[in-house]
Amino acid sequence: MSLGYGDFTVLRDVSMTVSAGQVVAVMGGSGSGKTTMLRAATGQMAPQSGTVCTLGQNLSTASREQLHGVRQRMGVLFQQGALFTDLNVFENVAFPLREHTTLSEADITARVLDKLQAVGLRAAAHLRVAEISGGMARRVALARAIVLEPELILYDEPFAGLDPISMGITARLIRDLSDRLGCASVLITHDVQESFAIADQVYLLGQGRMVAAGTPLSLTESTAPYVRQFLDGEPDGPVAFHYPDTPAFTKWLDRQQGGRS
Amino acid sequence: MSALVSLVSRLGAWVIGCISATGLFARFFVQLLARSGIALRRPRLVSQQVHFIGNYSLLIITVSGLFVGFVLGLQGYYTLRRYGSEEALGLLVALSLVRELGPVVTALLFAGRAGTSLTAEIGLMKAGEQLAAMEVMAVDPLRRVLVPRLWGGIIAMPILAAVFSMVGIIGGWFVGVQMIGVDAGAFWSQMQSGVDVWNDIANGVIKSVVFGITVTLVALYEGWHARPTPEGVSRATTRTVVVSSLAVLGLDFLLTALMFGN
Repeated sequence: MSLGYGDFTVLRDVSMTVSAGQVVAVMGGSGSGKTTMLRAATGQMAPQSGTVCTLGQNLSTASREQLHGVRQRMGVLFQQGALFTDLNVFENVAFPLREHTTLSEADITARVLDKLQAVGLRAAAHLRVAEISGGMARRVALARAIVLEPELILYDEPFAGLDPISMGITARLIRDLSDRLGCASVLITHDVQESFAIADQVYLLGQGRMVAAGTPLSLTESTAPYVRQFLDGEPDGPVAFHYPDTPAFTKWLDRQQGGRS
Repeated sequence: MSALVSLVSRLGAWVIGCISATGLFARFFVQLLARSGIALRRPRLVSQQVHFIGNYSLLIITVSGLFVGFVLGLQGYYTLRRYGSEEALGLLVALSLVRELGPVVTALLFAGRAGTSLTAEIGLMKAGEQLAAMEVMAVDPLRRVLVPRLWGGIIAMPILAAVFSMVGIIGGWFVGVQMIGVDAGAFWSQMQSGVDVWNDIANGVIKSVVFGITVTLVALYEGWHARPTPEGVSRATTRTVVVSSLAVLGLDFLLTALMFGN
């Protein structure tokens, strides 16, 4: 498939498959189209060409009800957490249960506290979202994403803003969930160490396409310049650190300098 | 010549823009009405909004109603005294409040207090990806977030207008009867005999319901379509006050002409 916004194509000719029980890491530099790929997988945007098939449903041809059905079977951890600020921690995690199940209040409480326990925030259940730190908010969002025990879980930067202890625990939790529930997990991440430790398959995006794919071991042993630069964090290589000059920038700079002189 | 063409072109674009915005607004209203079943299935969502929207506006409505009543008592007394009709002060205060000032001033205050709050809340939910998150969780944000707020506003507005009118009448009584010395019996009996339940009170209630729909709908529409940035939310909040206030005043004229015109 190809993905983009309007006439601008972010990713071209990308193909990717995720199976049940698998943990897949999608990696790449900033602006490489990782989040765009996640948006396509959730049906928030349509591909410019090709098809996106989630849980056996072609999202391009899915009706509104079919899309709802697919979304009920998946969990998504948003980059910013996207917690509901008018609800407390407990109600945020309980939200999908209240909307999609007919569980009793006692069952909801038990299930929510269990998920909060898994992310280490059981005793923070009563707090308001404004009272918790950014890292805690991401863990609450993680608990909310997994509370329905979905068949597919998409994590957008699950390790961002977490301290090293929380990062390790979160990585293990993601792996455990996939093993225990048999759900497919897709991680959009920059974190090489944590994601390589738990992923079965890694896809590397860059330069508007898929530049490498394979197991963590095969990528670690790869000698491809892009892979090496990304994994080793080298400043020089195929990926330019500096944003390239564009005609619009040159025009702006001329105007800016002309205005000053 | 080209300036004239440009002017006509801009005017045409403005008219098309207005028609398009009206269509979008009407479609938004229909979308919310079509999803209103949740208000019956989960009335708690609506009652929470009646509390949020109504309770938080209560203080400003009560204080404003009291002062408007004071002014009506004073102005009414000085005008009626010229014709020797001070006893009709109660009737003048009650009719002014129930027919006009109650619904209109409450709606304007409601737009400033609850309307801006609704727009900012929805706009910030959009900016914080909360609405997108809801959609991805297979929860329709229009149904779950906007519909309860719309019905909360529609229910809260007539109650607030009734409180405003009631407090205003007490204010008029305090100034007219307690401070100036208008006869208390005449004040209340003229009011009782002159105010008609259907022609005056019911029409006032209808007005306040229409204003409630208008202000809440504008607030939700602006929040829903706000650009998800601090500046976008700020602009949307301002538009809510301007558009809903003008709409209330325009609708008030239309409704008054329909209800009280011959």
